[in-house]
Amino acid sequence: MAENKDLLSKFDPLIQERETLLSTGVMDPYAIVMDEVKSPTEAICNGRETILLGTYNYMGMTFDGDVLQAGKDALDNFGAGTTGSRVLNGTYQGHKECEDALKEFYAMDHAMVFSTGYLANLGIISALAGKDDYIILDIDSHASIYDGCAMGNAQIVAFKHNDSEALEKRLRRLPEEAGKLVILEGVYSMMGDIAPLKEMVAICKKYGAMILVDEAHSMGFIGENGRGVCEEAGVIDDVDFIIGTFSKSVGTVGGFCVSNHPKFEIMRLVSRPYIFTASLPPSVVATAATSIRKLMHSGNKRAHLWENSKTLHKGLRDLGFNLGTPEAQSGIIAVIVEDMMQGAMLWQALLKNGLYVNLARPPATPQGMTLLRCSLCAEHTVEQVQKILGMFEAAGKEVGVI
Amino acid sequence: MSGNEATADKVKALIDPFNKKGVTLSNDTTFAGDLEWDSLTVMDFVAEVEDEFDIVITMNMQAEIENVGQLIEAVDSLNG
Repeated sequence: MAENKDLLSKFDPLIQERETLLSTGVMDPYAIVMDEVKSPTEAICNGRETILLGTYNYMGMTFDGDVLQAGKDALDNFGAGTTGSRVLNGTYQGHKECEDALKEFYAMDHAMVFSTGYLANLGIISALAGKDDYIILDIDSHASIYDGCAMGNAQIVAFKHNDSEALEKRLRRLPEEAGKLVILEGVYSMMGDIAPLKEMVAICKKYGAMILVDEAHSMGFIGENGRGVCEEAGVIDDVDFIIGTFSKSVGTVGGFCVSNHPKFEIMRLVSRPYIFTASLPPSVVATAATSIRKLMHSGNKRAHLWENSKTLHKGLRDLGFNLGTPEAQSGIIAVIVEDMMQGAMLWQALLKNGLYVNLARPPATPQGMTLLRCSLCAEHTVEQVQKILGMFEAAGKEVGVI
Repeated sequence: MSGNEATADKVKALIDPFNKKGVTLSNDTTFAGDLEWDSLTVMDFVAEVEDEFDIVITMNMQAEIENVGQLIEAVDSLNG
């Protein structure tokens, strides 16, 4: 009898790398447990009071009173789950209300709610672009975008990050008659930088490409009405599809696509990640709808979040940290460190001081970088931001980063 | 000189600046194994090749190209 080939042996290098890292006594950065969550900005991690600075909870809606009440009511009235697909028994009145809230929020004709943001990208991209179509995307695109491309078997053409000229060269070289979808992100979540959408959207139009923009990290915060970088850049009416998530500013879980395309509704019948999975629980869509409606009128919170982001960016830069952007461009501030070892040491020193940030490593990060990603919340107080800077100073000196 | 030879000369000239270890090039030289290129180097190199020949090498095609000979053939086929 032949011996089984162990399919997990291909992960041996990663297992080895983890063992080497953990053998130095550093805590496992991918196994943290939040014992208790007190507010959008505070939790108990490993028995210690911790300020949260890596949760993408930009607008602090996770504990909003109206949002919580809507969820509780839906739980009482509609039960714990739908046990069904959106196209069968899984579309409740709450899912429609959530889609209505999105249509109003974006002032668009159509909205489609998926079970997660990852599935929204998978479902829309794979259905839009098939084997003979071209997808032109930024090389630093999120994993869910790449996975959507792979699922649809599309021809994938990548261009250098945020490089409009590289985008144009590739569009110019593709067959004129071929279907083309350009995929961009408003905010790139690793470095926290934004895309030059005005320029890029004009280029896409010139070559007859359809445009999809992922606004996961900008919804609720960037743009006058919080509609994202598209709104800020004045091109929201020129993009064909906007993808977003409920797991950041909205404060729960779920994903969506909004569009003005007259044929958009057919997507519900051709998108496999929409059809072949259970819909969101009633309590989740109720919290999402309530949160989205409140985000329409959150101008003051947006202004405070910008203040926080700018203060943290300037403070960290003045302390001597190497940052992902020359100035604050979004709610994300990325601290670039030398390698995984230094990153894990700094991450641990911060956590021991009572600060949680996000440790990001390749392949999620661009150019093989290791990053400590900080994401600010509109609920962080001015005092908390100063305290955070003090923690970074102490930890940075302890580890020898600054 | 046939199209293939001219392409081969140009491709090899483009590899040179990325050939940090001075590996002697043949059609069988592999990018990941022999030249030890990481994904970032591959991306920069592919952009150079695309600009030189005014073509697009999709990521789907890139996944099939392992050595210098395969790249030369791919470039020639794209140049029609």
